[in-house]
Amino acid sequence: MAKITLKDLSHSYLKTQSSDADWAVRNVNIDWNDGGAYALLGPSGCGKTTLLNIISGLINPTKGDILFDDKMVSNLNPVQRNIAQIFQFPVIYDTMTVYDNLAFPLRNREIEEEKIKSKVHEIAEMLELSSTLNNRASGLTADGKQKISLGRGLVRSDVNAIMFDEPLTVIDPHLKWILRSKLKELHQKINRTMIYVTHDQTEALTFADQVVVMHEGQIVQTGTPVDLFEKPKHTFVGYFIGSPGMNLLPCELKGGEVIVNGKKIETHKKVKSNSFSKTEVGVRPEFINFSSDGIPVKVLSVSNTGRHKIVDTQSESGKIKMIAKPNENIPSGSAFLNFKKEYTYAYGDDWIIE
Amino acid sequence: MNKTINQKAWFFVIPVFVLVAFNAIIPLMTVVNYAFQETFGNNVFMWEGTRWFKQIMLSERFHASLGRQFLFTFIILFIQIPLGIAIALTMPKEGMGVPVCLVLMSMPLLIPWNVVGAMWNIFALPDIGFLGHSLNALGFDYNFTQQIGDAWFTTILMDVWHWTSLVVLLSYAGLQSIQPAYYQAAEIDGASRWAVFTKIELPKMKKVLTIAILLRFMDSFMIYTEPFVLTGGGPGNATAFLSIDLVKMALGQFDLGPAAAMSLIYFFIVLLVCWVFYTLMMRNEGNQ
Repeated sequence: MAKITLKDLSHSYLKTQSSDADWAVRNVNIDWNDGGAYALLGPSGCGKTTLLNIISGLINPTKGDILFDDKMVSNLNPVQRNIAQIFQFPVIYDTMTVYDNLAFPLRNREIEEEKIKSKVHEIAEMLELSSTLNNRASGLTADGKQKISLGRGLVRSDVNAIMFDEPLTVIDPHLKWILRSKLKELHQKINRTMIYVTHDQTEALTFADQVVVMHEGQIVQTGTPVDLFEKPKHTFVGYFIGSPGMNLLPCELKGGEVIVNGKKIETHKKVKSNSFSKTEVGVRPEFINFSSDGIPVKVLSVSNTGRHKIVDTQSESGKIKMIAKPNENIPSGSAFLNFKKEYTYAYGDDWIIE
Repeated sequence: MNKTINQKAWFFVIPVFVLVAFNAIIPLMTVVNYAFQETFGNNVFMWEGTRWFKQIMLSERFHASLGRQFLFTFIILFIQIPLGIAIALTMPKEGMGVPVCLVLMSMPLLIPWNVVGAMWNIFALPDIGFLGHSLNALGFDYNFTQQIGDAWFTTILMDVWHWTSLVVLLSYAGLQSIQPAYYQAAEIDGASRWAVFTKIELPKMKKVLTIAILLRFMDSFMIYTEPFVLTGGGPGNATAFLSIDLVKMALGQFDLGPAAAMSLIYFFIVLLVCWVFYTLMMRNEGNQ
């Protein structure tokens, strides 16, 4: 029940830091609004779990502040911050029954047994665990155990946020869908801030209203799934999200124009020619089509996925993938490609130039 | 499926069969042989049936040494298991301290039994030993060669010194295998340190602790060398545990029949206690 703010947050597991690579998380500034469903998306080792543990108070950041509703909580422990966290591997207390597992966080907070009983039954009902309440928790399947982990977070009605650290890793694929939609449903029902860490773009895009993409310890973009798809602010977002990812071609910037191999490319906006060590132009395969004029390419191969065709082509500046309709005629040999102007962006040192 | 019948396979079993026969079955059968017969040497045996068993079971000397044995084993388990867990909990989990602690802990385990006995004998001597002399200098009337209480105290202290490390190392291994997520989840659930210990650490250590208790039970129940060198079973018979008493009977008095019967009873007690304990500890493991 709180807005969570991270201010100039950096964390390093090393005692001294000499380069950017020594930081697990660096210069993070973000607001998580109360009641939002967020996904923290990024490849393994990008710092997402570190960031999550900093919010929950399991790790003290090297630099920066954490605020809940504009109140400093940097020095508070996880209990005082009152958050719930669900881990990659289901954590259950082996010797206890399902009921005792769910009641554990409440008993630790010395709540009356009567209240605990009604709360545990309510949550068990919601998670479809009612029939197993008296069983030993260690006898349950992986998804049952993960539901208990989730339930321990939900029984406390006043938690500030619920955080998920790749909670579906050990769950069978067919149950993943069920649990994921269950989470989405829960979010609508209890309306609490949820932060969901994952490296799976499908999981992130289906669960969250707002997706936060992390890369090498930094937040590179925050936005709705549509924003991330249509306007990646960083080349990493371009190729990490989408299948296949964004095409990136080396280019030159001259007088506000983007030039690829001597050919002028129209982008969504005129660009300022600052001094960058690397300049690229990016366009998603979805926004490319064949035309009579444009980038000259050689068609290398076509693969049909049923819904569409993925065409691999080779240009002077590198390979370009494009997506064509299933019934579209693909020219063989030489062809020209046209990029849709409004979805074509220039990137300087990996960041979008606007 | 049709299995090919090939009796030659039996040849492959022969080595292990011979090995087990020589190191276990034949020696045990010799003891069984003595336990039911009387012999005066020259390979002449007379059938005695269950006489030696009855004699041992009714003998006060056996009851006394069995009682001492159980008391000793219970006391050292009662000290070593909690102490071992406590030490394991305080050991560092990473960094340079880990190898240092592990080496220090392993040292007592590397010393041969009779050396341990001799060391403690000298260490505890009331006139010249560091422990004995210091205790007397502090005003305690300490003499483990003459006073029963002091003899027990020294024997137990010696065993705790020698074997607590084993419990420490096993508990430490059990603790190290607990995933950090368990501690993090407990922290978030607001669990107290005591709850973390009883709800996470102890259950996760259950299997290694079962092994630790079994090993310490068997070893201490069969203890011979250390008290033999330290006290020789005395003063009187005060620290004559089962194996010391057994050796006295078999080699001192040459009562081979009763000694053999006692060996078998001894063996079955160890087996029975281990089986009952293990079964009780593992009865809930099946449904996992």
